[in-house]
Amino acid sequence: MSAILPPADRLWWKQSIDKTEWMWIFLAFTWAMIMFFMMIYWHINGKQNLSNEVYKTTPEAFAAKAEKFIAANTVRTETEQNIPVVKVPEGGDGYLVASLWKWSPILELEKGKTYKIHLSSMDYQHGFSLQPVNINIQVLPGYEHVVKMTPTQSGTYAIVCNEYCGIGHHTMLGRIYVK
Amino acid sequence: MATTYRTCPRTGLQFDTEAEKLMRWNAVAGVLALLVGGIMALGVILTRWPAIKLLPPDWFYLVLTAHGVDMLLVWIIFFEMAVLYFASSTLLRCRLATPKIAWLGFWLMAIGAVIGNYAVLAGESSVMFTSYVPMQASPWFYLGLILFAVGALIGCFVFLGTLVVAKKERTYEGSIPLVTFGALTACIIAVFTILTGAGILVPTLFWSMGLIKEIDPQLYRMVWWGLGHSSQQINVSAHVSIWYLIAAVVFGAKPLSEKVSRFAFFLYILFLQLASAHHLLSDPGMSAEWKVLNTSYFMYFAVLASMIHGFTVPGAIEAAQRKKGYTNGLFEWLRKAPWGNPIFSGMFLSLVNFGFLGGISGVVLGTEQLNMLMHNTFYVPGHFHATVVSGTTLAFMAVTYLLVPTLFKREMISPGLCKIQPYLFGLSMAVLTLVMMGAGTLGVSRRHWDMAFSGAPFQYEWPGAAHLMMSLTGIFGVLAIIGGALWIWLVVGSLLWGKKLDEGKLSDKPVPHAPLDSVAASASHTGSAEHVAVPGTVVLAMLLLVSFVLYYFVNWKYLSEVWALS
Repeated sequence: MSAILPPADRLWWKQSIDKTEWMWIFLAFTWAMIMFFMMIYWHINGKQNLSNEVYKTTPEAFAAKAEKFIAANTVRTETEQNIPVVKVPEGGDGYLVASLWKWSPILELEKGKTYKIHLSSMDYQHGFSLQPVNINIQVLPGYEHVVKMTPTQSGTYAIVCNEYCGIGHHTMLGRIYVK
Repeated sequence: MATTYRTCPRTGLQFDTEAEKLMRWNAVAGVLALLVGGIMALGVILTRWPAIKLLPPDWFYLVLTAHGVDMLLVWIIFFEMAVLYFASSTLLRCRLATPKIAWLGFWLMAIGAVIGNYAVLAGESSVMFTSYVPMQASPWFYLGLILFAVGALIGCFVFLGTLVVAKKERTYEGSIPLVTFGALTACIIAVFTILTGAGILVPTLFWSMGLIKEIDPQLYRMVWWGLGHSSQQINVSAHVSIWYLIAAVVFGAKPLSEKVSRFAFFLYILFLQLASAHHLLSDPGMSAEWKVLNTSYFMYFAVLASMIHGFTVPGAIEAAQRKKGYTNGLFEWLRKAPWGNPIFSGMFLSLVNFGFLGGISGVVLGTEQLNMLMHNTFYVPGHFHATVVSGTTLAFMAVTYLLVPTLFKREMISPGLCKIQPYLFGLSMAVLTLVMMGAGTLGVSRRHWDMAFSGAPFQYEWPGAAHLMMSLTGIFGVLAIIGGALWIWLVVGSLLWGKKLDEGKLSDKPVPHAPLDSVAASASHTGSAEHVAVPGTVVLAMLLLVSFVLYYFVNWKYLSEVWALS
């Protein structure tokens, strides 16, 4: 009986399992169950759950909605590229467009207020990586993901793209202001 | 079928001459892929090391793609083909079914690997190993992967055919050995994996040729990960089998319980492939219910299986050592283990790294909400270098120290360096994965050329600790590459210049039993059904569980501090 030979006892499935092994299986199983219930518990009592609100869309349709939002809520522009800074209405909808290789527009939020941020991509897959908070969400073309966010601290935040999207990937940096 | 059989005079293992040749060629092809992938690794690590930043971005993404393809796919699958042929024809002491078809499989894999590498090196396919649509590679890239996969599928069927041959020709009695059972697990998962891969790569090939208009990116991710993650389950099954193999060969260890170990392998088949869902936890297209289901029942039963192996492998070693008289205290069995033997030290480091680093981080990463803290950060490659490199690759390296004298009939050169190599590679890999995960915890992205974001409209300064972690990644990455290069040097050097060893007796018919006092047979005699307590293993297992629980809840604490999301 060895791992490289057929079991010496042909009826190996009738051998009893040692107590120590049972104990470990029981502990490991219990731990797996705790981890399972932890996810459900967090859906009930936790404050960080990824939204399920998703719509199929097209880059054109999403861009049109985002442009309307930008036109209605822009407060100023920044940088040489005149990137619009858009104040998202309190409790309202904000749009963030990922494209090669920029996040547009710059969003302005207020601490403690809740916003519905719509995420989608115009072309390749992108990654919404909010820093230094460190929240990471996949952004896909054709899917409009509506994520409810409540900033907990004021400051200037960066949106790093963390899904590889080609040669200019490292220049794809966006910004969120929280007042 | 005219073949001959050779009994290795050192181990008593019997090799079908045809199968032996296939094992050697597959292993050598794997080592070549490791060499290419290792050179690419150097390009990756020296670019991500902030102080060096060696390559321009186009080259960086190119070598990163090649590194992924050559390591995750080519090196590992070639080596696994050798493992499959060994676990079937050698351990069952029978002929290999249809060696000609096995060669066809080998050449398809080789041609596929060359085409895939060509496509990447030509510069038009820097799409990363995952090749997420709608980013497009040249059709050659997908074609290379498909040919490689078809070749591997053929190898799987040759393995299954060999099991049938052994059964029919009654070359063994009762059930197949545990190691063969583990290889069978790997093979079944491989068939599932390759069919899933075909399900996505074939349409993607047509799409790259302009025959299909569009592939939904979410659908692509879901099906692709049926290939991408399941292929890692092949690796887990294969390297766990190798752990059992090495425990049997080095210590004459027998499984604590055949039933428990086999059941744990069986759980892999039932559930591990579904763990591919944990790549989609921060995706828009799947509901929370789907995510919880697929990462809980399905993944945790597989985790349970790994935790069982994590207990029974060292438990088997402890039991064997205690029977030999190393019974003092909790850990005399471990202290008196042959730490200077690279077969054992490599295997044991692989076990510890896989469990403590790869296993724990993988479960944390695979928890629905916690995934948002790490998705696509440097934590992810940190995790899978702990599993697939310091787990699988290190186990394969360890077993090679056994295969060189047995299969290639050469003595290893430089025994002193052989002794050091598993420690150099295994320990620097362990530190590397830790600092990679550290950088990821601080948010640093994976697959990213420039931490300074040069050319971006704004600036973002990563925390100082993140820069430190990335510098350490550079240092320990280079050390790990030196450890890997040393292994390639030792293996290739031994094949070329190692002392030739006696090849043993050839015969026209398979010999039904190994010589009585050989390694291949000794285990059955030292083992007995009587129960041996394994308190040392219990302590080690509890240490794993406590680390697991603490680290798991620390991450929930981190999560509770970020912005509220719903």
